[in-house]
Amino acid sequence: MANVQQFALLQRVLHWFMALCILTMFFVGVGMVSSVTPRYLGLVEFHKSLGILLLILVAIRLAARWRYGAPALPATLPEPLKLAAVSSHYLLYGLMIVLPLLGWAMLSAGPYPVVVFGSLRLPPILPQSEFLHTVLWDAHHYLAFAFFALVLAHLAAALMHALIRRDGVFEAMAPYPTREGN
Amino acid sequence: MNPLQGQSGRGALGYFALIAVVVAIGAGAFIYTAGWVSPERLTPEKLVASLAPPGGPALGRRRNHVKGVCFTGVFEANGAGMPLSTAPMFVRGQYPVVGRFNVATADPNAPDGTVPVRGMGLQITAPGEEVWRSAMITAPFFPVATPQAFYELQLASHSKAPDAMKTFAAAHPEFAAFGAWATSAPQTGSFAEDRFNSLNSFVFTHGTGQRSVVRWSLVPTATPVPVPPDDLAKRAPDFLEQEIAQRVQGGPLRWTMVVTVAAPGDPTADPSKAWPQDRRSVDVGTLVVQQVQPDRDGPCRDINFDPTVLPAGVTTSDDPFPAARSSAYRVSFDRRTAEEKSWPRTAPEAK
Repeated sequence: MANVQQFALLQRVLHWFMALCILTMFFVGVGMVSSVTPRYLGLVEFHKSLGILLLILVAIRLAARWRYGAPALPATLPEPLKLAAVSSHYLLYGLMIVLPLLGWAMLSAGPYPVVVFGSLRLPPILPQSEFLHTVLWDAHHYLAFAFFALVLAHLAAALMHALIRRDGVFEAMAPYPTREGN
Repeated sequence: MNPLQGQSGRGALGYFALIAVVVAIGAGAFIYTAGWVSPERLTPEKLVASLAPPGGPALGRRRNHVKGVCFTGVFEANGAGMPLSTAPMFVRGQYPVVGRFNVATADPNAPDGTVPVRGMGLQITAPGEEVWRSAMITAPFFPVATPQAFYELQLASHSKAPDAMKTFAAAHPEFAAFGAWATSAPQTGSFAEDRFNSLNSFVFTHGTGQRSVVRWSLVPTATPVPVPPDDLAKRAPDFLEQEIAQRVQGGPLRWTMVVTVAAPGDPTADPSKAWPQDRRSVDVGTLVVQQVQPDRDGPCRDINFDPTVLPAGVTTSDDPFPAARSSAYRVSFDRRTAEEKSWPRTAPEAK
């Protein structure tokens, strides 16, 4: 496999750990809001805590991206796919940043106390407002579904690179080191 | 094969199929988790919808306990709660309070005198933004033992089938006691004379390992004066709101907060069962209601009295209701705040 360059180890660790967390968020989120069982409270607290953790992780990840950059896409990749790859990554980063902030802001506008990791009380980031609560609730809700759809598309694209195109794009973010990688 | 050119032909087709299967499994698991293919699951949406009166819910307003009036005041802690819980509002002192007296109906046109149950939403705030919310009712015990039974009660009471309630009562023997209470217990003519009970149990914690399962009540200092149901039914449709607004003009109204501690073996998970009378109870402070404001423009309008919003030192117990209430109240809150236009403030600048 020639010319395979990998993302830095920190970037790959962050990618796979965050992928696991983000998938967990989707399932916990959509499961908790359909539940009235005693599990509900624990799921909500877990969802809030994991959301804040992801907000911290995405900040580290952006810094790592700025520091280490990213391997170039293969020259063999057709222009439309290149465009799809670049734009979908902007969207993924945008949603990773925005969704936890929307959740935090929505609760602030409720106003609900925002308590994470058992007893850490976060300050409200917006004043109480029915209007803002509604707008933020809608945004959090619909963008989460869009995010899940995008993650599925991302997964499909990754598998396409790994199994069909075999162009080193998957290996760049692979959870294992490649021979030529660093 | 040159890996840069990748798979082609039949091999690629098989991989495309594999990718489609992986994506479909992901989407399917998500849909299953969301409950979209589980019509038997009791969701908060179903619970909230079951409360609606025949003409549909009152848009922009609470989906239950829709009639009410806001109040503000203070909670005066006497310090006696401190050995039970580290809740900061148990430290001797005064803490601001926002609350809401209400009538337990989902129909905004139901006359006050025809509704047997009344309620109080209460929010106590301590320094450091520690918040304690609760929603209590005048019934001494809850009509049913589980959230599922509560849902079935709503379905039965809205059902047109002639024997729906009879069938329900037969399946839920605990309901008989509530029926007896609702039809025979003396009613007062004022929120100020009513006792409000948490019914659900919660856990008070203090330091390491000290844990008490408790329920609490707000017991009026005013002497309850029983009013015959026929007299109540003849009063103005909103007499409770009018009476309390007028009464508070004469001076603050008071309730003693009484915490009752369960003994081992008490039914902590079942709010339809009262605990024995001789359980230890502690007077932890006094609720002082100083002002009353209309629901529509008052400071309680935007508060979701979610009983799981608790300070440090208080947590939920094995009682399944607070979680179900939290989930359902959230849906009610999300709906009504999105419907603000249907019930606008009369004074736009009011908060």
